[in-house]
Formats: sequence, structure tokens, C-alpha cells
Amino acid sequence: MTTVEEPLTPPEIGGIGHSLKRHEDARLIEGQGSFLDDLELPGMLHMAILRSPLAHARILGIDTSEADAVDGVVAVVTGELMAQHGLAWMPTLSGDTQAVLATDKVRFQGQEVAAVVATDPYVAEDALELIVVDYEELPAITTPQQALADGAPVIRDEKEGQEGNLVYEWEAGDAAATDAAFATADRVVSLVTHYPRSHPAPLETCGAVADVNSVTGQATIWLTSQAPHAHRTLFAMVAGLPEQNIRIISPDLGGGFGNKVPIYPGYVVATAASLLLGTPVKWIESRSENLISTGFARDYHMEGELALTDEGRILALRVKMLSDQGAFFADAQPTQFKAGLFHVVTGSYDFGAAHVVCSGAYTNKAPGGVAYRCSFRITEASFLIERLVQTAAYELGIDPAEIRFRNFIQPDQFPYETPTGFVYDSGDYPTALTMALESVGYEALRTEQAEARAEGRLIGIGIAHFTEAVGAGPSRQYDIAGLKMIDSAELRVHPTGKAILKLGVKTQGQGHETTFAQIVASELGIPATDIKVEHGDTDNTPYGLGTYGSRSTPVGGAATAMVARKLAGKAREIAAHLLEAASDDIEMESGKLFVRGTPERSVTIQDVALAAYTNLPEGMEYGLEGVHYYDPPNLTYPYGSYVVVVEVDAETGVWKVRRMVALDDCGVRINPMIVEGQIHGGLTEGFAMSSMQWITFDEEGNCIGSNFMDYLIPTAWETPRFELLSTSVPSPHHPIGAKGVGESATVGSPAAFVNAVVDALAHLGVRNIDMPMLPDRVWAAIQSAPS
Amino acid sequence: MEVTVTVNGAAHTGEVEPRLLLVDHIRRVVGLTGTHIGCDTTSCGACTVLVDGTPVKSCTVLAVQADGRSVTTVEGLKTNGQLHPIQEAFSAEHGLQCGFCTPGMMLVGAALIEQNPAPSDEEVRWAISGNLCRCTGYMNIVKAIQAAAGAAAPGEDQ
Amino acid sequence: MFPSQFDYVVAASVEEAIAAKAEGGDETRFLAGGQSLLPMMKIRLATPAKLVDINRIAGLDHMERADGHLRVGALVRHAQLVASGDTLGVMASAAPWVSDPLVRNLGTLCGSVAHCDPEGDWNSVLLATGADVVARGPGGERTIPIGSFIRGPFTSALADDEMVTEVRIPVPQDRSGGAYLKLERKVGDYATVAVAAHLVVAGDGTIGEAGVALTSVGPSNVKVTAAEQVLVGQPPGEELFAEAAELAAAAAEPRSDVRGTADWKRQVVRTYTRRALTAAAAEAMAQAS
Repeated sequence: MTTVEEPLTPPEIGGIGHSLKRHEDARLIEGQGSFLDDLELPGMLHMAILRSPLAHARILGIDTSEADAVDGVVAVVTGELMAQHGLAWMPTLSGDTQAVLATDKVRFQGQEVAAVVATDPYVAEDALELIVVDYEELPAITTPQQALADGAPVIRDEKEGQEGNLVYEWEAGDAAATDAAFATADRVVSLVTHYPRSHPAPLETCGAVADVNSVTGQATIWLTSQAPHAHRTLFAMVAGLPEQNIRIISPDLGGGFGNKVPIYPGYVVATAASLLLGTPVKWIESRSENLISTGFARDYHMEGELALTDEGRILALRVKMLSDQGAFFADAQPTQFKAGLFHVVTGSYDFGAAHVVCSGAYTNKAPGGVAYRCSFRITEASFLIERLVQTAAYELGIDPAEIRFRNFIQPDQFPYETPTGFVYDSGDYPTALTMALESVGYEALRTEQAEARAEGRLIGIGIAHFTEAVGAGPSRQYDIAGLKMIDSAELRVHPTGKAILKLGVKTQGQGHETTFAQIVASELGIPATDIKVEHGDTDNTPYGLGTYGSRSTPVGGAATAMVARKLAGKAREIAAHLLEAASDDIEMESGKLFVRGTPERSVTIQDVALAAYTNLPEGMEYGLEGVHYYDPPNLTYPYGSYVVVVEVDAETGVWKVRRMVALDDCGVRINPMIVEGQIHGGLTEGFAMSSMQWITFDEEGNCIGSNFMDYLIPTAWETPRFELLSTSVPSPHHPIGAKGVGESATVGSPAAFVNAVVDALAHLGVRNIDMPMLPDRVWAAIQSAPS
Repeated sequence: MEVTVTVNGAAHTGEVEPRLLLVDHIRRVVGLTGTHIGCDTTSCGACTVLVDGTPVKSCTVLAVQADGRSVTTVEGLKTNGQLHPIQEAFSAEHGLQCGFCTPGMMLVGAALIEQNPAPSDEEVRWAISGNLCRCTGYMNIVKAIQAAAGAAAPGEDQ
Repeated sequence: MFPSQFDYVVAASVEEAIAAKAEGGDETRFLAGGQSLLPMMKIRLATPAKLVDINRIAGLDHMERADGHLRVGALVRHAQLVASGDTLGVMASAAPWVSDPLVRNLGTLCGSVAHCDPEGDWNSVLLATGADVVARGPGGERTIPIGSFIRGPFTSALADDEMVTEVRIPVPQDRSGGAYLKLERKVGDYATVAVAAHLVVAGDGTIGEAGVALTSVGPSNVKVTAAEQVLVGQPPGEELFAEAAELAAAAAEPRSDVRGTADWKRQVVRTYTRRALTAAAAEAMAQAS
């Protein structure tokens, strides 16, 4: 049930399906992008932040007198000063509060303590060294288990009524039905695994240039923001500035990956400083600051159990999860889901019962968790189910591909409601996995593996078949801080037939200036290159919740198609007027509007555009524009089958990827070239997390992984080469059948890599190696293997 | 200390502090912001420029060290209004997404294809192993550099 | 992100450089490639009061074979060593793995050697090949064997007023070969474990000279004398190399840290020593005698 994508418009229109070259490239290849740190305003000052060296400590006093005296220092800001303006604490997107500048205690290494504003960034850093903070060190809590143990020191002792370090408890599914299914199971397979902490680390760090003009009352804030409108509303609520006077401009972003969704203390302090000083203030963090204090990703401790028949049919799933939330609960996720969409953990499989129990704890670490292309925790969920199914294959003696085929949701079962309440829209899983296995030569590899084992060589084949849930989301279930997760598009066609499209979403490299123009090109027949796409400036774009969770195409793309269709409707009426025909008789195709049956009676969309300003029938409103706010009826469910082949050096534990085949289905692909680029990037992130990329802490709460020498990003040399395949089952409920793909590869690939290395050692009895699979862990697994 | 640094063919003379990093000199004094800063441990290569034709990390060079030397930044790749083959290739092969690592990647690529007119996949990956990218997974960057090498074959105008 | 303030002078000659250094003592540092020094200054781990830039001094960028040695001057960059056909087996094997390609364009061999980082690659190569360091001070020049030059982590035998001007690596007359096997987590990281192996094979097919040195598994680079002694006089062979590998593993003093456990690092020393010696022997035997 796959469709072959043939673009319906010719290349000169460049609608959906064309691998159009990107509009945004022109400025970026000439170094003419406008990134946050490129901005210089007259009189602009530079801000630097002093951060805590300790993970947990009381602040006894702060002496800023020496720093104040440095030539070039204009102001030194402390928590005390911020408190005077009610800004020492701010609300988070998860209903908690977060310190802007510490007042009573510091609660993680790297927490913001004070800020210096100076005429030059070098001077600001010099002054930081002269601020003296008197700390009284407290014991640090570095694991959620420690945090929830009896007698653990209370981290958030400033919160009234807070006893202990529990942040939330949440569950999904049906405990009774699940227990009943487990009682009838032939086999129960379990897995305990930690998805370690990592960090999105976009190549451009976070920052703000705040320009609060006391004369006009206008606050213009340039911000590295994936969600400028939501940020504007939150700024209005937190800072008490009237919303119409706040303009957030998110410029070119050097990557986001979820790191640029939260509001960071630096943004708030820079804005307050600009307000108090009456000059623009720039704050751009260093890489170390980015890694030690901004929104990290993952850190889920998971225990899963599958109830199965002897033939490997899954009956039920039980999951217990404990999340490490850091010192403040600051996850950006839909309000009613404390663990994001983690309960999609039933994955691609058809079974009747599941029970998912989640809790979270405060620790003395940076806040965050929902980030790094995680699709609101689907990275964690997908990892667990794919690792569990793989484990079941070994325990039951069934081939890992075969056990998946036996349990897949079948094509004729869609739309499919899962035991935890998701309604998957469409898919053909068996075809996808079959194609991927054929492409990699699965049968021959299994034969090779057996021969290699006889010689003591270790080859592994890892499979992961993931189902994603993106495009949050329907207003009946999804909101962030109360704001419903709609998105919008505003389209205006000019007299000369060109157009401007304004979006509520915000690209960080995904190519929206090209792909969204392609959607309009498909609907209206205006060449994509004639359409300017505007985004990121809240004064000039309609309201949206922004770009993360792969929602731009499912929600923003839908809004774009819908507004273009509104205009198409009016275009038909105008054409009818020009052709003296009935509007019901007008057909539209690739920019030509003609009378059905007599195609020579036609006008172009450009003719129509001109007429919209020069020649309309009596009573018809002039202009050709509209806006659409789209409330998605459901999420969309892209999926994929990934196969990784690895070789493991038995003497050292070093492993290398020999091949990786990745099949993705994201429904209709607007621009296949851009889709493939997204997948390459996501696969690399999955490889990185499975092999080297992690943040860890020592017993004192010192962060190991707070710079690029310790937090390892793979280079082109380590990164494998990827072979991409695709199928395309459209989403039945999406206006253009597209599903979104930005996070798929990051979601699906880590399990494929881990399954591959475990597969290489499975005959020795090895069942699990936690990420990152450093060579010493692999070697230790071989040494301590049962056989 | 007074230094003269020639950037993309234009000489810039001025007083600089010894501790001013070359990348900050380029971005804030000379005013060319195409060279980017991505880290603070000499790890990412977003700041790569050519000094006398050799790719270096400009965050780990002092501006005073560039006195009397010739620096090429991304803004200097285009000549006489014509894009460098490496720039054309990066766009043609979708070798950039967010564009932040791109200036560094292109300069390293340009320097490579001058030395090696037909680099293999491995040779390209080796040459760019000092430059990090978070978006592309490197596949199309490698393709772009190889395509540029093909386009800039000896005898053709560069 | 930015260094603290310092004074800066450009030396036009070695004499000028030494004089400036003598004046400033340990508050003054030489600046060659700067690829080790500047990163430390940017995070303010190093805060010298003055930098003496030696990059404009003529006559320090030579790399030439003379008097049975390869003489590498203070301004020879790692990249030049990678590109050169003059480097010996283990040097040629190690050069491409030092840091990353961009750092190699500026960083210098002599600078690395003087830095004495136990995680630095070159000192293992020099220990394995029995190289000498040439230092010049106000009193003149002296030649220091590498074993005496390395005093401890980040500590060399240089006096406060001395500068490394050259490193001399012996060029064997007989067939020789070498290999540097480096396990690193990624390009640009320091070695998790690395082994330098250097063999000279005599006319009768036995090992005339052997050098084995280890990176990142001790307070300084480790010269495995026990392994070297067991190798000399024997014909190359699997069992011999396994024996040497055991001695190397025993000589290593690895620490358990984020890169891995001590036990495992020892295992890597064992494995890589065996493989490096095998590769070194193969290279030597492949040469015409």
C-alpha cells in the first residue's frame, strides 16, 4: 500500500515532490546569514553571567564591589536586584518556577548567580572573575534514586509545602488489564536500561539582544527562539510588559534541536538590564555555558516487561520510568503529559494492554529533559520497546526480524488505537521492514554471522522499527502553558502574481523558506521561487507555537495548505468573472485556471492576481489574501525500519558500523532532498548517542561533559555512511498527506545501533549494554558474558 | 599594538589588544560576521579561516599573530561577482542546513580541492575532521566537496 | 572564552627570544603554534604576563636528514610531518593522528614535546626512537635525551631561560619499521591509550633495536624498557610480541575515568603493543636490506 511520489506540478512551478534547491542557501553560502551574535546596535552593551562552581550550596553573601570598579563595567546584577523587580524567579513551561539569578541557594553546577554588563565582552569576563561569592557547600544529589531515598536533602526547599524531591507522578494505560494479560503469559521478558543524559548542542549557542526603549515603550528582543510567539506571550506575563509592545525577532538560527525552546535566565536578565540601563544589551553564551546550564535531553531510568506467548506474540507491556529532571522542572511539553509522549512506548506492535508508570525527581543538575529531537520523549519510548522486543527475540530463540513481523500492526488495522490512547493514522510496516532487510541482504548476513562466530569474529545486525507521533496537537488534548498547539499561515498574493507567506513556525535549518513555498506552489500554481516566506518576527507573522516535535509540516504545513485553498477558492471566482463562466466550472492546474471541457478558455493565476486589485465584480472584496489557524484533528505517525551492521573487535571492545540502511516513511514528502538531509542528521545524532555523546556527573555534582573536549560530537571521520530508502503512505487526515520527519531518525536509530552491538554478542549471553556503548563497556560485557 | 591584516584582499590597519582573538578581530573590528564561533575549546571549527591559504581555527590565533598576513574568510570566496565552485556545490548538493558550520566547511573544502583535485570520500572526511556539523550528518557535505572538485578540474576558471 | 591581558613581543632571533624569556621567568611563555597554550589561556587555566612570539624567527623551520638524524626545527608544524616523505615509520604512523587537521596546520612538534602532556603523542614516539631535544639558553646549547627531558606531567628539564630549537631523531642504518596505534574516542580527542613501537632489524634478521612507549597510561609517557630488553636479539615473532605486550601491560599505570576502566586500558595496551610490533616488524622486513 505504498504510493510513488510523482510531483503533480512541473519543475518551473516546483510544488510538492520536487527537490527544489533552497532559497535560504543564497545568503548562507556567502556568509551573509544574520545570526544572533552578528547583530550590533548603536550603544549596545555586552553581558556575561557568573555561574556557580558548586552543585548545591547556600549563598551567604555576594561582593560585587571590585567588579563594579572595573573600567568599562556599566552594571553588576545580582539575584537581590532582580528580586526587587520581582524577577529573581520565573515560571517554567511545566508549571514550576526556576531561579533567574540565585538568591538563597545554588542548585546545580553552572547555575546563574550574577551578571556583568560592560562595554566589551572581554571586559565583562574580566569583571566576572572579581565577583566574590561566599558559598556554604551542601551535599549534592546526583541521581534520581538518591533524590527519592529517605532522608535526602530537599533541593527545592524554597517551595512552600515541598517535602522531598518528587516532581511528578503520572501514568497511562490500564493496570488491571495489563496484570491480567501478564498472568496468562507463557514468557515474561524484562529489561532495565538507562537512556543517558545528552544535550542538543546546536552549533550556535543561545543568546538574546534586548533593546527596551523607555521613550517608545517598545521592547524589541532578538532571541534564539524556536517559538517566538509563545515566548512573546510568556515574556509579557513574566516581565509585566504589555504584549503589543514586545516584539520578538528570531533571526537565522544555527540549529535548535529543542535547545532553543525554553526561556533561559540569560534572556530575562538581558531584558531587565536593557530596561534598567536604557541601552541595548547583548548576551550570547559560550559553549560551556550552553552545555552546563541549558535544556539537556533524556536521562530516563526505564524498566520494561513484555508478556509473550511461546510463539513470541506480545500480550502486554509494563513500564516503570524514573526521570531525572534536574533542579527545576522546566520541560517544554504539553501540559497534561508529565512525561511527554512517552506512553507511545507500545511502539509498532499490536497488543491489547499496557501500563506505564512514570515519576520524576529533582537532582542537583541543570533543568531540562525534553530536547534534542526527542519528539516529547518518544526517543526514550521507542528505544525501550525496540530494545525489549530484541531482548525477547533472544530469550525466546526467535529471529529479531521475525518476531517483529509476528507482532506488527497490519496495514488493514489503521487507524489503530493503542492501549495508551494514541490513534495511529496510517502505515505499512511489513513492507517497510521487508524492503530494508532485502536492501541490507539480511539472510546472507545471518549466514556470514554464523561463519564468523565459528572463527571467533563478532558481527552484529541490529534492527529497529519505530513509530513516531508528531505534529502536536489537537486542542482537545494538547496545550503548552495553556496555549493550544495550533499553528498558522498568512498568505497574500501581490498584483504582479508574486506572494508572501507568513508562518507561525520557525526554521533552524529545516528549509522552511523553500518547503512551505512549495506547498503554496502546489495549491495555487504560483512558482515556489515567486513566494517569499517570512518567519520569526512576531510583529509580522501570525500566532503559532513554533517548531519542535516535528510539528512544522503537520501543523504549519497544514495551515499553509488550508490558507492556499481559501485563496484558490477566491481565485476560481475571479477566474470565473474573467472568463464569464460559472465558478463551479473552473478547474485549476499548475497555475492555469480554465473552464472544464474547454481548456483553451483559460487565465493564469497571475492574471487572477492582477484582477484582484484591478478588476473584480461588484460586491467582491478586493485583494487576494487570507490567514488560517490549523487545529490538527490528530497527530501524524511517521515510521521507519533501520538496519545496522557492526563489527566488534573482541580484544578491545571497539566497534565499527559496516553498513546502515534506513527506510523512512513520512507520508508525502514535500522536498525529498531536504527530507533526506534531515534523516542524515538524525541518524548521526543516534550514532553519536549510542557511541560517545553523554553528560555525566561525579559524586560532588561536577558536570563531566560541559565542553566539547568532554561532550563528544562525532566528526565526519567517525560518522557512518547511510543508505536511505523510503516508502510513502500518506496521512489520511493531513491536507497534503504529509507527516513530518525532522526527528524520526534521532528517535529510531539509537536502538538500531545498540541492537547491533548486542546482536554481535548475543550468542555469548549478553543482553544489554547501556549507551554510550564505549569500548570498555563492550569489552566488559564480553568478559562477564554467561557463556 | 598596531597590526595590519589583509582580509579578502583589503588591508586593515589598527590598534589591537594582544589578547584579541583573530575571530573577534574579523567579526567585530573588520566587521565580517560570516566566520562563526561555536565552542570555547578549539573543537568545532566554525571559526575556520585561511591564513596565507592554510585553514586554521581563528579562535585559537591571536589577531597580532596575523600581522602582515593574508586572511581569507567566507566572504572572500566569491571573486568578481562569481561564486566559488565550492559555494555552488554546497547549494547544489544540499550540503548545508542551518548554515552555521558552512563557512568553515567550505574554506577547508576549497583548500583541499586545490591540493587534491579528486579527493575520495575518505580523504574528504579526513580533511573536514576538524569541523563539526550538527545538522547534515556530513553525507552531503562530502558530496558537495567532491562535486566542487569535479567542477573545478584543472584548466577551468576558478 | 577570552584570555586575560598580557604583553606581547615578537622575537626576531633565538637570542632575542631567550632574553625576553629570561627577563620574565615563568610568567613569560613562548608562542609557536599556540594550539596547546592558547586554549589554556582562553579558559584562564594559564595566565602568562607575557608572550614571546617565535613564529618570525628564521632558520627554525628546517626538517632535514643530517648526521644520521632527522632534525626537526622548532617551527615545523605537525602538518608538514604528515606530508613529508622524510619521516620514519613510527613518526609517519603517528603524525596524522595528532589532534585534528586544522590544529596540525599550526601546532609544532617541538611545542608538543616541550609541553610534556602525558596524553601527548609525540613524546611516546620520541621515547620509542631514542630522540634528543636540543635546547638553547643564554649559556649556549645543550642536547638532552628525551628520557631526561621529560620530568613529569607538564614538566620538562628546560630551565626558565631555555627554548627548544630542535628535536633530533636517529635514522637507523639497518631496516626499520614502526607503528603508532592510537585508540581515541574521536578525531581531536587525546589518546585513550596509544602505543608507539619502533624496531630496527639487523642483517641477521634479529631485532637490533627496539622502542616501546605508551601514551595516556601514566603520569608521563611510559617507556617500556622491560619489553625493549626482551625484544633485542630475538627474531621477530608472534610469541615474542605477545611476551612484550604483557610487559607493556604490566608497565602501564592507567586510571579508571570517563574514557574507560584501568583494567580495560591495560588490555588495550596489551593488544595494541602486540599489533604495533607486528606492523613495525612487517614494515622493517619489507625494506630491502
